[in-house]
Amino acid sequence: MAGNSDLDVAYVARLSRINLTEDEAKIFQKQLDDVLKYVEKLRQVDLTGIDAAAHALPFVFREDAPHDWFPAEQALSNAPRQANGLFVVPKVVE
Amino acid sequence: MTGNDLPALSIADLQSLLRRREVSPREVIDILREWIETVDGDIGAYLSLDIEAALKAAEDADVDLPLGGIPIAIKDIINVMDQPCTCASKILNGYRAPYDAAVIQKLRAAGAIPFGKTNLDEFGMGSSTENSALKSTRNPWDLSRVPGGSSGGSAAAVAADEAFGALGSDTGGSIRQPAALCGVVGFKPTYGRVSRFGLVAFASSLDQIGPVTKTVRDAALIMNAIAGHDPQDSTSLNEPVPDYVASLGKDLRGIRLGVPKEYMIDGIDPQVRAAIDAAAKQLNSLGAEIIEVSLPSTEYAVAVYYIIATAEASANLARFDGVRYGYRAENPKDVLDLYGRTREEGFGPEVKRRIILGTYVLSSGYYDAYYLRAQKVRELIRRDFASVFDKVDALISPTSPVAAFKLGERVADPLQMYLSDIFTIAANLAGICGISIPCGFAKLNGHHLPIGLQLLGKSLDEARILQIAHAYEQSTDWHKARPPIAVSLPKP
Repeated sequence: MAGNSDLDVAYVARLSRINLTEDEAKIFQKQLDDVLKYVEKLRQVDLTGIDAAAHALPFVFREDAPHDWFPAEQALSNAPRQANGLFVVPKVVE
Repeated sequence: MTGNDLPALSIADLQSLLRRREVSPREVIDILREWIETVDGDIGAYLSLDIEAALKAAEDADVDLPLGGIPIAIKDIINVMDQPCTCASKILNGYRAPYDAAVIQKLRAAGAIPFGKTNLDEFGMGSSTENSALKSTRNPWDLSRVPGGSSGGSAAAVAADEAFGALGSDTGGSIRQPAALCGVVGFKPTYGRVSRFGLVAFASSLDQIGPVTKTVRDAALIMNAIAGHDPQDSTSLNEPVPDYVASLGKDLRGIRLGVPKEYMIDGIDPQVRAAIDAAAKQLNSLGAEIIEVSLPSTEYAVAVYYIIATAEASANLARFDGVRYGYRAENPKDVLDLYGRTREEGFGPEVKRRIILGTYVLSSGYYDAYYLRAQKVRELIRRDFASVFDKVDALISPTSPVAAFKLGERVADPLQMYLSDIFTIAANLAGICGISIPCGFAKLNGHHLPIGLQLLGKSLDEARILQIAHAYEQSTDWHKARPPIAVSLPKP
């Protein structure tokens, strides 16, 4: 159910892996249509020859070297479900 | 000293008492706890307090360290070992941090005691702390009004003497705006100056941790402890850190301050405008030269921010899927049902809206029109600042166009809420540093509502911004004012 922009909230919510009720989708559609209308002002800007700034400052690089970190037990300490030192999820392959 | 004004002390004054052995770190924790029990039912600044852990740390405290024995409240989006880190979200229900964030490691090394986790807008997304899924926080100056956000719990705690100082995080103004609305000092360092290792990521190209304090000197004391390179954060800058406290006390002769003409918009409350004009005159009388400057891309900053910040959030929050930590929906029928329902039940409305918007602006067919275009306009905003900082040492403006607004007033209209960050957002997009300090009050229906003066400085120029802020602060009495609730109730 799309509104005044190209955004279809119900569809993008599925891509985002968020279930929405119909009412919630309707409210978000109106609110996000307003936001998208507001950001349309960026279309006025002349951007000839301007590079995109992903970060405000230059990237910083470091050695990609392995180091000690959590043992498995600690990494699993917050898991809602675990067994045999592994995270448990519903069956993925039938 | 176990006097009835101990919670009102600044960090610097508490430090003197501790070093003279007039109070012990343990007594400080006890007195602070009692005051929090008295007042936090009305304010709602804290999400959790681990008194036992704080008392244990107090036993071992070395008061001769730079922050020895000083309790510091922590925004509940920063990991403190063995404590909850809820991000004010149901989706982190039950989570306990298995490690200390870099800033916590550094605070502990400086002798400070991490004390209590403060409320926030869920994952830092908001400007009023009303997007917390766990608790409502009220402005200590008027309990019917918001404390600002997203670091509203940290700002309210410091304003109501429930914390001597606190850490917040600032993605688009989340330290400076609540500091302004609560009448305290809020400092956002340069992007990369303070390690984000252990800060739950919202928008990684914008997020920065900084102090919320009663005075500029206290902000400098905390900065001395937390600033500097950290190999655990790949965006951390490997640059020398000056002694921020030592930079305080210099006068303002020769300092040039810019007033961006684009910031003098119609939406500024007349009382806010008058306070900023008076602050500019005061800075001028202290020796600073005031110059009008131009930041031509200002009107695009909010639009750029809500594309870039939501895009980054949609990627960062993909990790909350009910598998590795936190909340998990019950009896999922398959893995998509697990993700979809965990995120439906776990996230609040603002977080859902931002993930959806961020997913949209990054999606095939819309990426160039929104995300890439926003990044290019971001470059223009960055250039605006680079060019004015050739002419001036710092910029001055209101922190927020209005004083604290009523609880509930803006919740239904996200766009109106976003526009309250109009003066703070550009600093994050440009990566520069900024501070909010108290500069007056708006008088409304018998209440005094604090007004914040924002100073923005170029990258890595924290020392100068603190110097200017300190000179202004010391020449006024605004920072000495206490909210009615802190004065009227008996202190422990």
